Amino acid sequence: MNKTSSNSLSLTEEQAMLLEASREFCRKKSTIEDVRRQLDTVLGYDLNVWNEMVDLGWLSIAIPEHLSGSGLGVNGLVPLIENMGRAMLGTPLVSTVLAAQLLIRADAGEYSERLLQKIVEGTPATIAFLENSDWGDTKIRCEIGSDLTIQGTKDFVDDTMAAQIFILPLIKNGELVLALVERQQLSDNAIFPHVLIDQTKRSARIDFSGIKIESSQIIENGRVEKSLSDVRIIGALLVAAEQAGSSAACLDLVVDYLNTRKQFGNLIGSYQALKHPTVDMLTMLDASRSFIYHAATIISDAPIQKDVRVACHMAKAQSTNTLTFTADRAVQFHGGMGFTYACDAQLYIRRAQWSQQQYGDAEYHRSALAGIFFDK
Amino acid sequence: MTNSKKELEEFRTEVSAWLGDNKPKEPGFLLPQSFMEVGTDQQLDFLREWQYKIWSAGYLGLAWPKEYGGGGVDPVFQTIADKEMRRLGVPICFNIIGLGWAGPLIKDIGTEAEKKKYLKGILTAEDIWCQGFSEPDYGSDLGNVQMRAVRDGDEYVINGTKIWTTMGNYAKYMILLARTNKTTERKYDGLSFFLAPMNVSGIEAKPIRKITGEYGFTETFFTDARIPADSIMGQEGQGWKIAMQTLQYERGAEAGHAGGLAFVRVQMDDLIGQLKSAYRNGKPLLDDPIVCDQLVSLIMEEKAISLGDKRTHIGPLTSDYPLSLPLSHKLRYTEYARRMRKLAVNLQGAAGALDVGDDSALEGGFWQKAYFQSFSATIGGGTSQVQANIVAEHVLGLPK
Repeated sequence: MNKTSSNSLSLTEEQAMLLEASREFCRKKSTIEDVRRQLDTVLGYDLNVWNEMVDLGWLSIAIPEHLSGSGLGVNGLVPLIENMGRAMLGTPLVSTVLAAQLLIRADAGEYSERLLQKIVEGTPATIAFLENSDWGDTKIRCEIGSDLTIQGTKDFVDDTMAAQIFILPLIKNGELVLALVERQQLSDNAIFPHVLIDQTKRSARIDFSGIKIESSQIIENGRVEKSLSDVRIIGALLVAAEQAGSSAACLDLVVDYLNTRKQFGNLIGSYQALKHPTVDMLTMLDASRSFIYHAATIISDAPIQKDVRVACHMAKAQSTNTLTFTADRAVQFHGGMGFTYACDAQLYIRRAQWSQQQYGDAEYHRSALAGIFFDK
Repeated sequence: MTNSKKELEEFRTEVSAWLGDNKPKEPGFLLPQSFMEVGTDQQLDFLREWQYKIWSAGYLGLAWPKEYGGGGVDPVFQTIADKEMRRLGVPICFNIIGLGWAGPLIKDIGTEAEKKKYLKGILTAEDIWCQGFSEPDYGSDLGNVQMRAVRDGDEYVINGTKIWTTMGNYAKYMILLARTNKTTERKYDGLSFFLAPMNVSGIEAKPIRKITGEYGFTETFFTDARIPADSIMGQEGQGWKIAMQTLQYERGAEAGHAGGLAFVRVQMDDLIGQLKSAYRNGKPLLDDPIVCDQLVSLIMEEKAISLGDKRTHIGPLTSDYPLSLPLSHKLRYTEYARRMRKLAVNLQGAAGALDVGDDSALEGGFWQKAYFQSFSATIGGGTSQVQANIVAEHVLGLPK
């Protein structure tokens, strides 16, 4: 089992450059004040910042060169998204790059190549994965009829308010297909925004019933099912990277407070009851980063194999535990301040609650690993 | 020095072939899984012969200078030899306090005379080394060491007691931390470091019976024991600094280690392989989702540790807390190892209550013994709790 699985971990020059550049960018463009300013806006992010990200070419990083991208693959995205997590920078980047991955991996012809071009130019896109709250339920029930009219509701659709392109897994004549719906085909009345616990994020329930699309907007080929499942696991990896970044920032917040706050005449960081759990945060964060960059080392544009799947499951299972623990203790260790909205610990504990569910919680991923390791 | 891939590959083949030809047969008695478990003369003789054989073949101390018995080549050769030893499951190199701690220390900061006198005997296993740091009342609080060393002409007179002396009853030399000055303002400044001979009168090493029922450590009593004055390392008062450097080697800095296996590595694969025959609720154990989840969590811990060993060499991926991975390695690894062995005992059903010596015990009671023995690593060399303080203070910068 383990003996046959990969243990490689390295960093390419391109990744190292992206890591450094994106850290600097996020530090400048997404201070905590900037983050707080976006909490109750409709979109949840600053369009100017988004446009700068587009200009920097971030949306084309994982798009192959023959489709006019940079061809750096998903491993180029990981450092970037880790730093966005660190700066709590919202934006529909994760949703959009995943939508692009799905179009690329399903290898879907002219219409989707046109959409990829729009994505590179900064058009947000999203995949409507869920029809209920169970990430473990992969059965698709929404249908599209022979007259190409869609029937059904998708839930928890990330970045609905920003997205101009929606990719929907649907059933057509008993087969799984992907429908490409554009924003102007959707009526405002069909969108029911959620009140999300992480106020830097946006999602909605969308009733797609009655929307009629062209046949060019349907992807039906033998690659759809595998691509969809691959993109879900890539989603888990990208959210894990974002969680690792948020955990690192949250740990900094804790360390800073433990080094300044005094009680009973001592800095509270001198008490082992606080000191040792803070070391746990650090070692959990170390595990997260190791898993994430291991996954980023072995992932490629090819269909995802067992080793990569294992690495991504581990990354998400670990990073979920890392952030939920770190943020939970961050609130507690801030004492009375930690109970207030003004304390930044709330941003991280909210991010933790949201992100632990994205692409499946820790138990979901560990149970998938058990299936792989113990032949279930 | 650069070595071609071909050269390294040839070396690997050579080591592998030699080990294949020379791997000792099962001796008919339990072999120690780590250097802290050498409890009988039989075990000692066996391991001493084995280490000498490896050294003679040229697979130990490869990176140490030739004039001191080493191989004088790039450390990468030793790494290859160690990997092959681990892969082929040969016995350990037991003289670890010499090979891994005292040796690198002498090699790095010793005088020419010290290097000449000590290094070769460490490699050949002729000179067994032990460590005299902990005392009955000062284990974690090492800076408070009370053993006295008083200069008297050409000698130091030593009085006091050391404890947890691994192989104290077999060792020829001890790296010894003792107090030469009781009146310094900082307690650390009164300490000195000795490369002390053990074959002088006034030293008594009394074997300690461990939690496993076996031996391996001694409590070591010094009563007016006289050692030569030139066995001091450095100057009086430098003991703390030298001891801390020694602990760096002990706590996982690989640099300078002469090589060889310090312990038999047990992996999750080994455990899972052995659990395939176990049952719970009338069904195979590995059908139980709770058991599977416990195992998956430990597989992840194991993998995170080995991936961390890779990441530690990648600067941009360790820039937040550059010392985090090396300084927390002992804490993470030993705690994982303890929990893994604990679960291994827990999963055996009624057989989990059997000890070494019962014919029905799984693998002869290997896991029961391994679990108890694992505390030697979570306590020895600085308890996990002290390790956590070190990480908090030296990595995160939290106050003392």
